[in-house]
Amino acid sequence: MRVEQHPILKFSHGGMIKFYFNGIEMYGFEGDTIATALYANGIKVFGHSAKKKRPRGFFCGIGKCSSCMMRVNGVPNIRTCITPLQEGMIVESDKYDLPETAPYRKPERKTMDVDIAIVGGGPAGMAAAIEAGKHGDVSVLIIDEQPRLGGQLIKQTHKFFGSSMEGAGKRGIEIASEMEEEARKYADILLETSVIGYYNRGHHFLAAVNKLKGIVYEIKAKKIIFATGAQENYLVFENNDLPGVYGAGGIQTIMNVYGVKPGKAGIIVGAGNVGLILAYQLLQAGVKVKAIVEAMPRIGGYFVHAAKVRRHGVPIYTKHSIMEAVGKESVEGAIIAQLDEKWNFVLGTEKKIDCDFIAIAIGLTPSARLAQMAGAKVKFIREAGGWVALHNEFMETTANGIYIAGDAANIEEASAAMVEGKIAAVHALNSISPLTNFEAIVEELRNEISSLRKGKFGEKARLAKERIYEGYYEELRGNRSG
Amino acid sequence: MRSYEETGVVDIGMLKMPAEEQLRKGVAITECIQPIPCNPCKEVCPTDAIKMDDINDPPDIDYEKCIGCSLCVEVCPGLAMFVVRKRKGKAQITLPYEMLPMPERGDIVKALDREGNVVGDAKVIAIKHGRTNIITIEVDEELAMVVRNIRVEK
Ligand SMILES: Cc1cc2nc3c(=O)[nH]c(=O)nc-3n(C[C@H](O)[C@H](O)[C@H](O)COP(=O)(O)OP(=O)(O)OC[C@H]3O[C@@H](n4cnc5c(N)ncnc54)[C@H](O)[C@@H]3O)c2cc1C
Ligand code: SF4
Ligand code: SF4
Repeated sequence: MRVEQHPILKFSHGGMIKFYFNGIEMYGFEGDTIATALYANGIKVFGHSAKKKRPRGFFCGIGKCSSCMMRVNGVPNIRTCITPLQEGMIVESDKYDLPETAPYRKPERKTMDVDIAIVGGGPAGMAAAIEAGKHGDVSVLIIDEQPRLGGQLIKQTHKFFGSSMEGAGKRGIEIASEMEEEARKYADILLETSVIGYYNRGHHFLAAVNKLKGIVYEIKAKKIIFATGAQENYLVFENNDLPGVYGAGGIQTIMNVYGVKPGKAGIIVGAGNVGLILAYQLLQAGVKVKAIVEAMPRIGGYFVHAAKVRRHGVPIYTKHSIMEAVGKESVEGAIIAQLDEKWNFVLGTEKKIDCDFIAIAIGLTPSARLAQMAGAKVKFIREAGGWVALHNEFMETTANGIYIAGDAANIEEASAAMVEGKIAAVHALNSISPLTNFEAIVEELRNEISSLRKGKFGEKARLAKERIYEGYYEELRGNRSG
Repeated sequence: MRSYEETGVVDIGMLKMPAEEQLRKGVAITECIQPIPCNPCKEVCPTDAIKMDDINDPPDIDYEKCIGCSLCVEVCPGLAMFVVRKRKGKAQITLPYEMLPMPERGDIVKALDREGNVVGDAKVIAIKHGRTNIITIEVDEELAMVVRNIRVEK
């Protein structure tokens, strides 16, 4: 199930790596994660649920959903979708018990002390690091749990929209490599390292781990910017836990980063930009897309993205949704049906579509939990799509010195994420040691972001941000009076 | 609600049609009809034929200024620009193509409409490799405003 040829991407696989899946010898490539190597070997079922024994496979592909956990080299609950494959690895399903001889090395402890710690190396985090490095003489650290920098960008083979000035017309993957090169000039980078906690001992501290290498980091920072991105929304339907039901981002990851196909033919739930782009990317990788279903009466994404896939014969069913996934151990089909005005299925309109995967592309929720742990007040804001960390125009949360930027703050676009990262960095820098041209830099960045949010498609972000700032100032006033 | 928002297929009535002699010269037809924040087509045009006052405005092509150079076809991230030229009872259509397999010059491929239906055969008369590969095909003249994609069967 590898992508053999691709019109845009070149996959340079590394050397062969031998590993064992439930005792069976298998091979993957250097650069694979455990999950992509299993997929390339045709393994979709990674295990079973502990109680009801329902089959389990990966869903999100970015280490956030726990659906792909397996026992690796004796260590249970390893997220196989973000763990690089290594020679001789022993990968086992359905083993939760700790082995008798503890495989744990006593973790190595490392301490670090930096001016600005950035959690997440997507466009927001990288832009923040570059901006901080350009304007000030500070130590900057980026921590990301993926094996490479770039966040969502490394999965985007399409040319980006926006203004020519900000690199529109370039593909996401190209923007990611350019930014990475810049960021490496200004920041230290810890990859494959997850930030798992925050604590305050008179200063800000982050706890991070590199589970595979067995290193625990204690990072002291004057300022922290959380640029942790977003998490895929889930949808309730029958059998939605079958292997073969994936988040859109998960498919993009295995397909466009690792060159492994999610299946032969699938359907996509959701006709926003993510669903539409995913459909196009699947076609490019040589995977069939049988249908896109959209609950709303209209296509949510850009018309031009819809037109691109329609021209290839992919039907889009508006006012439709998925009722059920069909299959025993993994997806063998999907039942879709029409929705009435009250969002109920219209009986008699069911259609069964044969497919071996179902992609869920119904939206994202900001990953603000770490920021919350660091003291940022969160609030449910409908326009922002859920619980978000309240912050001001400088991206500072209600917790002093704790910033949030990009999709973690509010779901938007890469260009907005970058500008937010820059604003956070400049403000953080200025409060460490005042910049002479602070006002001017911020003013320019603000203008850039408001022009991005000007049009019809920017309306949602505009409203969301207003509510977030409002909430922030209410919170501050509340604190003062109370 | 506009019908294209439901179908993902442009309503031809919404497109600004060039005059016959402009089509004989060969001009860009834009199917970018919805306001989105995007402007690379305007920036790349060598003759300033694309009018766009605000980055959110859809492009408006001045068919007198347009020379049919197809630079906008290559740069457009929406793959929404095409160049159409009528010649000797045939229509030459330049379109973006980001799929595999790539056809070769002289190949006969399937001509598809905006819904991916096969509406006839097309002859590949030119290929330009670039950030997005662009292909010029020749089809029957009456298909000038119908064909917007190809399928290469190899
Ligand atoms: C299909 C699709 C198409 C898109 N098309 C466009 C487009 O055409 N134009 C455009 O402008 N935008 C587009 N976007 C949006 C854009 O990709 C995102 O808005 C952007 O990537 C957000 O950047 P970010 O840095 O906030 O988050 P991300 O890119 O998600 O990066 C977050 C990073 O944080 C890391 N991380 C998270 N938690 C932790 C932790 N605890 N410890 C360590 N690391 C952590 C993650 O590994 C990740 O690398 C598209 C998105 C998708 C899904
Ligand atoms: S074809 Fe050339 S001249 Fe015509 S609008 Fe496009 S870029 Fe401009
Ligand atoms: S470049 Fe393409 S998508 Fe962007 S405005 Fe021009 S025609 Fe529309």
